[in-house]
Amino acid sequence: MIIKILGSGCANCKKLEENTKKAVEELGIGAEIQKVEDFKEIMKYGVMRTPALVVDEKVKSFGKVLTVEEVKNILKG
Amino acid sequence: MGIFNFINDQLLKMVWLSKLVKYLVENVFGLSVKGRIGGSIHFFIYDTIKIFILLSILIFIVSYIQSYFPPEKTKKILGHIKGIKGNIFGALLGTITPFCSCSSIPLFIGFTSAGLPIGVTFSFLISSPLVDLASFLLLMSFFGPKIAIAYVVVGLVLAVIGGTLIDKMNLEGYVEGYVREIENVDIEVPEMTRKERMDYAKDQVKEIIGRVWLYILIGVGIGATIHNWIPQNVIEKIIGSDNPFAVILATIVGVPMYADIFGTLPIAEALFMKGVGVGTILSFMMAVTALSLPSMIMLSKVVKPKLLGIFVSIVTLGIIIIGYLFNAISYLFI
Repeated sequence: MIIKILGSGCANCKKLEENTKKAVEELGIGAEIQKVEDFKEIMKYGVMRTPALVVDEKVKSFGKVLTVEEVKNILKG
Repeated sequence: MGIFNFINDQLLKMVWLSKLVKYLVENVFGLSVKGRIGGSIHFFIYDTIKIFILLSILIFIVSYIQSYFPPEKTKKILGHIKGIKGNIFGALLGTITPFCSCSSIPLFIGFTSAGLPIGVTFSFLISSPLVDLASFLLLMSFFGPKIAIAYVVVGLVLAVIGGTLIDKMNLEGYVEGYVREIENVDIEVPEMTRKERMDYAKDQVKEIIGRVWLYILIGVGIGATIHNWIPQNVIEKIIGSDNPFAVILATIVGVPMYADIFGTLPIAEALFMKGVGVGTILSFMMAVTALSLPSMIMLSKVVKPKLLGIFVSIVTLGIIIIGYLFNAISYLFI
């Protein structure tokens, strides 16, 4: 599983990255977390509000700092 | 009219709070609110509490409404509208689309890649920080309905005219090259449930208060100082009606400042009580909210210096014209 955090390094983006890391740890799944900070890349997903969470190239959430629980629910499918 | 006055006085102006703070200052601190120290303490406590109460409630309501108008949707709506109508809708949607200067880059790229004329995007970018429901109600609380309505109307007119001028000048080539290369992607915006909208509104209140509280305190502090410590004649000399350059001065001081309307209101209120012209005050507030150094730095990443310069000049000039216009017809507002 490849998880991408889209955001240009704002405070909210860092928070989402932390929460995602925690969620992955707590679920004990093997996932690679990548940060995408380049706007050219971010805009490819059609996202206009950061931070956004992309799982296996699908946009799962944007414009929102998800809590650890919320990320877990998304990752569980 | 009776109900309207009650709502304006007690809910928006919070006359009850003013009386309560007056009681506190006079009976607990033992200071007269007419004195300098008592007066500043009254101004500071009353304004701070009033702004934070109004702000929390207003942001909650406004965010709930805004959750129906995500920028992704705005982009699709604007894509279908041509000509000056596009600028008008851009300015109007700017008032209800949730926006902060931190998201201006993805917004600009999103709009441009969707093929919107840059003028429409600029109409949106001018009206977005300048006019929204929360600022309208706050202005109503501080200055009454006439000035609040006037502010909204001239704010929208400035956004429409500013954007239209930028369109007419054919500046599309002054958008950074990489922005044009980005392909438009439309994303499905999931429909939110009522609970999600409530949560979103709550998060917004927390986030915005967290971001602006310091500016509000600084603003109220400056307001209290102007209100009680700076003599009337000094203020009149600098930005009073006798100084023909008052509007220009107020605008130029306001442009680089970064604060939103909530921080500037207490300063504007104090200046208003000192008899500074309505136009001068409107210019100051508009300059602070519409333009700021951080937002210019953001925009400079997506447009070339020439376009940025033209944008800043048009908005600054527009704000100065608005100021002189309102000072000239100010008898209608007081």
